[in-house]
Amino acid sequence: MRISRGEQLANYVILIAFALVALYPLLTIFVSALGTDAGAPGGLANFAQAWDVGHFATYMRTSLLVSSLVVVVATVLSIMTGYALGTMRFRGSSIVFYLFLLGIMMPAEAIVVPLYYDLRAIGLTDTIWAIALPQIAQSVAFGTFWLRTYFRTSSRSVVEAARLDGASSWQILWRVLVPLARPAITTLVVLVFMWTWNEFLIPLVMVTSEGLRTAPLGLAFFQGQYTQGFTLLAAGAFLVALPVVIAYLFLQRHFIAGMLEGAVRE
Amino acid sequence: MSRDSAPRVRQTGPPGEPRAVAWLYLLPGFVVYAAFLLYPFGRAIQISLYDWDGLTLGTWVGLGNYAQVVQDVGLREAFGHALVLMFFFGVLPLVIGLALAAILNRARVRGLSFFRTVIFLPQVVAMVVVAVAWRRIYAPDGSLNALLDAIGLGSLGRAWLGDYTFALPAVGLIGTWFEIGLVTVLLLAGMGRISGELYEAARLDGAGPLREFFSVTHPAVRGEISVALTLTVIAALKTFDLVYVTTKGGPGNQTSVPSYEVYHRAFELGQVGLAAAIGVTLTVLIFAITYGITRIGDRG
Repeated sequence: MRISRGEQLANYVILIAFALVALYPLLTIFVSALGTDAGAPGGLANFAQAWDVGHFATYMRTSLLVSSLVVVVATVLSIMTGYALGTMRFRGSSIVFYLFLLGIMMPAEAIVVPLYYDLRAIGLTDTIWAIALPQIAQSVAFGTFWLRTYFRTSSRSVVEAARLDGASSWQILWRVLVPLARPAITTLVVLVFMWTWNEFLIPLVMVTSEGLRTAPLGLAFFQGQYTQGFTLLAAGAFLVALPVVIAYLFLQRHFIAGMLEGAVRE
Repeated sequence: MSRDSAPRVRQTGPPGEPRAVAWLYLLPGFVVYAAFLLYPFGRAIQISLYDWDGLTLGTWVGLGNYAQVVQDVGLREAFGHALVLMFFFGVLPLVIGLALAAILNRARVRGLSFFRTVIFLPQVVAMVVVAVAWRRIYAPDGSLNALLDAIGLGSLGRAWLGDYTFALPAVGLIGTWFEIGLVTVLLLAGMGRISGELYEAARLDGAGPLREFFSVTHPAVRGEISVALTLTVIAALKTFDLVYVTTKGGPGNQTSVPSYEVYHRAFELGQVGLAAAIGVTLTVLIFAITYGITRIGDRG
């Protein structure tokens, strides 16, 4: 398709302008993080300072623990539920599927109030489980939907061949289907990791002790308490954003495909 | 997800034999899901029917809390603010995204994948980090006021997030910034499927960029538009962390939204029953919007 040089030039100007707008706030963080002020020595030492003084070492460790827990448990559970709903016929399967679908749309705001009081009654608030379990439930809802679709549209003949060879349903799942489903599972892992790492409301409500604050939560508190300048705050913000951004740069296709396709629900 | 394009062996039901063993595979996942999502939602509905402060015994009020959701001035305002945010999170990014995607699709520019990476980037950054960055930009000594100074409009400068009139639009524009990438990339994927011949034909008929957009591009991406609107409008309704970190609902009540009110009422004011009612209302709204936009999109 041919278009005039003037139009082409105008297009580039518009695109570059929007790329700059998208990057500017994030660059602000990065540039400020390297600066100097009252509490910050300047340069890369700022990150070390935030790591210790801002307690980001603790926050990042909690976030890593919560994210790993949610990702591993939710992925394994979703593989099994997705397998059942995607490849087997049984009575009640569509009811179960619609129940899971309900959970994909349900906002955390709707469940966080009763969850807090019920978990407190059994002594689970202010533990890692209070942060992880509700997010595992949310992720299983999405993961079931995501892998059901994948298992449904693929590998029927593979499954039947394996069955004729006498493989059990358990062997078929873990030895045949899961290796084939690696791209879909990677997308699921990447999305659940991002959602869990970035989650704010659930940890805000569920934990009070500082040692259990996740990275975004720690950052929000740090912003409220640390008023000597913007530099260490920016350094902390950079650290909080970094893990997901790095994952995004390497696994971009999975992020985009998952967030766009996963959204288009039946 | 293009479920229509998927190869299907049988028209109804999943492939495979009838298997009772399916229940064993479902069990662990469903138990966790039911215990930490379905059951709490049921409890939310139950709690929403009581006047309860979270400490003492609650009293049954029936639908009283829901009546208050409609009547309480503060809550009515909060839902009104959510409506304003829907414009900033949904409509504005859609207009911009349509223009950007149309440009990218029409011009076959170089560096397309780089542009896509950059413009989608805000979507993966934690909202708290986004809020910290924008608080800096909107600060009295921040770069927005510096920019206004530089172009001779310094008198317009202010503490944007503390301003009675401008705080809500300022929060809304953060949402616009956040959603542009998602909408653009979604629309690009849709436009990429349009055959080049349609554009050739339109151009032979002498159609300019605008005619071309409305007669070829727009009808083809109707599905993507409704998906984009559903996603962004729901994101607007679920804006909690952004408001919590930028304004805490202030100044006054100017940027309070329903999801912030759930937190505020339950954990700061001790109006637990009312908070649960707001949460349930929010859920119903999200279901209704998802259903409504999908229906309109399907009917075209």
